[in-house]
Amino acid sequence: MNIVVLIKQVPNLTDELDINSAGTDLDHDALQYVLNEWDEHALEEAVLAKEAAGGAVTVIGVDTTGELDGALHTALAKGADKAAKITGDYPRGADSHTQARLLADAIKGLSPDVVMTGVQAADDRDGQIGPMIAAHLDLPYVGVVTGVEVKGGQAFVRKEYAGGLMAEFEVALPVVIGVQAAHQPPRYAPVSKIRQMAKTAKIDEIAGGEAAGSGSTVRRMFKPESASHAEMWEGSPEEVAEKIAALIAEKGLLKRDA
Amino acid sequence: MAVGLDKIQPEKITQKEHFVVEGMDISGHWNRMFEQRVIWDYDVEQLERVTALPGGESLNWCYGCGKCTTVCPVDIVGDYSPRKIHRKTQTGIDLFTSPDLWLCTTCMNCLRVCPKEVNMIQIMPAVREQAVLVGNVPPELQKAFEDTAKHGNPLGQPQRKRADWVKKAGTPAPILKDLKRPVDILWYVGSYPSYHPRGIDAACAAARIFNALGVDFGILGVEEKDDGDSQRLAGEKGLFEMLAEQNIAAFNKYEWNRMVVTGPHEFNAFKNEYPKLGFQRPIAHYTRFLVEHLDKLKPMLKKPIDLKVTFHDPCYLGRHNGEYDAPRELLRAISGIELVEMGRCRENGYCCGGGGGGMWLDSFTKEHTQMRLSERRVREAVEYGADVLAVCCPFEVSRFEDAAKSTGNDKLIVRDILELLDESMRG
Repeated sequence: MNIVVLIKQVPNLTDELDINSAGTDLDHDALQYVLNEWDEHALEEAVLAKEAAGGAVTVIGVDTTGELDGALHTALAKGADKAAKITGDYPRGADSHTQARLLADAIKGLSPDVVMTGVQAADDRDGQIGPMIAAHLDLPYVGVVTGVEVKGGQAFVRKEYAGGLMAEFEVALPVVIGVQAAHQPPRYAPVSKIRQMAKTAKIDEIAGGEAAGSGSTVRRMFKPESASHAEMWEGSPEEVAEKIAALIAEKGLLKRDA
Repeated sequence: MAVGLDKIQPEKITQKEHFVVEGMDISGHWNRMFEQRVIWDYDVEQLERVTALPGGESLNWCYGCGKCTTVCPVDIVGDYSPRKIHRKTQTGIDLFTSPDLWLCTTCMNCLRVCPKEVNMIQIMPAVREQAVLVGNVPPELQKAFEDTAKHGNPLGQPQRKRADWVKKAGTPAPILKDLKRPVDILWYVGSYPSYHPRGIDAACAAARIFNALGVDFGILGVEEKDDGDSQRLAGEKGLFEMLAEQNIAAFNKYEWNRMVVTGPHEFNAFKNEYPKLGFQRPIAHYTRFLVEHLDKLKPMLKKPIDLKVTFHDPCYLGRHNGEYDAPRELLRAISGIELVEMGRCRENGYCCGGGGGGMWLDSFTKEHTQMRLSERRVREAVEYGADVLAVCCPFEVSRFEDAAKSTGNDKLIVRDILELLDESMRG
């Protein structure tokens, strides 16, 4: 079984995010990148599927940050067998239409049985990479998936619906799957293994075509503007307690028994 | 059935009806005996898996005297000691997957008393490293590893904000990159003093004291990373090496004469582990550094602190590096303080539970012991009538404050020595 996992890096949300001077994007110079959390789950689910049914996992992404190698080495340390990156002149955090086109072209030649990717990513909240690639390659797509089992030339896929409902799909291969969560927490890659991969592993480089573009542009990016502020009360616990009691009385939030 | 009983070979159990020893007939119903015990009744494969590892060899040297069991801080709150580990492994228990693997805090009290020099400070990291390589890591520890790898600190805080604490100090702590000149002292602040709310209190106190003493110092700010040594002891050697390379590059980038370190773990790392990677420079823990300035510092300590204070020796300052006196000299320099010693002090000091990765195994350790080591320790401080438990390791303030609350000893005040000095200095 040939599994292909599509990954991308997103801004590290632990850091404070700054807007660029044009006010249309994040200030990418002030950012650190981490692997998209949902892609980490896609990779885990792929490695679990390989461990269960055999095969090989290939990890591939569009290198828009110049730092994708680190993420690919980590994926290899976690159990992926091959890694590839698509290179070209792309803006950091290139839009999902562009990435979908590039990835679809690249994975055609890999003849995958299963393509897995994160169901969404924190940077664009688009959730379209999976569906668009399925459309480009004319393959079925199932999204918001929390478990994949491959047997007898078919994939059995568990999908999460709203309201706590689950459904199980039977899909013919090849298939594109948008992973919400792996059925186990993503494994840890020891740094010594990652460093070993960085020294020894070969990353295939694929020259990508032109950026397709999404047909839309960001007019303005801004931080949420707060409408009102919380008031912080200082003082001893007794003083604060008195203020709370006074406020409750003033607003009539508690009724005394007659 | 007890472990190993299935391995007893019945044909070796003999009962002789008539038995004469050196001409004396000792026949009787009682003389049922086993032949000489064959210790290879046990499959020693598990023991050999440990001793085959570089660093794991000395587990085989144990002759079961049990001296370690009496001093092991984990055994005091649970059922665990190096001797027990040796025996269990000898009888076929797999240490690589046993919960026992994660309980050792590398406090070194066992090695201090061991006549055979069985070295758990080498054995445990060696076995843990193998466990980490196959993905067998308790989830809370894994989180700390991931945070350290991603953010350069185990608290998962942004690297960019590593020097944000300085804003709270009300005094400068110049960053070497901006200073653009050599300094006398490179102050390595450390992760917990940079990010943990109670650690920041100690960092601010240190900055005020250094400035009051006129110390020419600088910090690395965002170029500083966690030292990584506790992660190494918890089995993540690669992470340690990566951080050490980054830190050494940052240390070598600037000109300075001597490094002063806030935490004993970092002090130990730079003094004893980084030299193996080519970094060897003069290092001092802040307690020794301040004792050297005591003539100048003492007249500044104006406000008496009229409290009974006991001091908790950090394992990595005391046992690992032989420094017991400097912290006590600083406490004695503050007028009003009555210094009382706990039973377990100095060379036999108890462990707070935070070393060797224990800092990030709190829930795990709690599941496998009767109480936290920190809880045992605050109870001891209270037993000795202390008002204040003084510490000088950034792991300890939050550990002991939490333990004081969880054991109902809220009245016990936990303070870093830096905070006590600063309080006395500020009047």
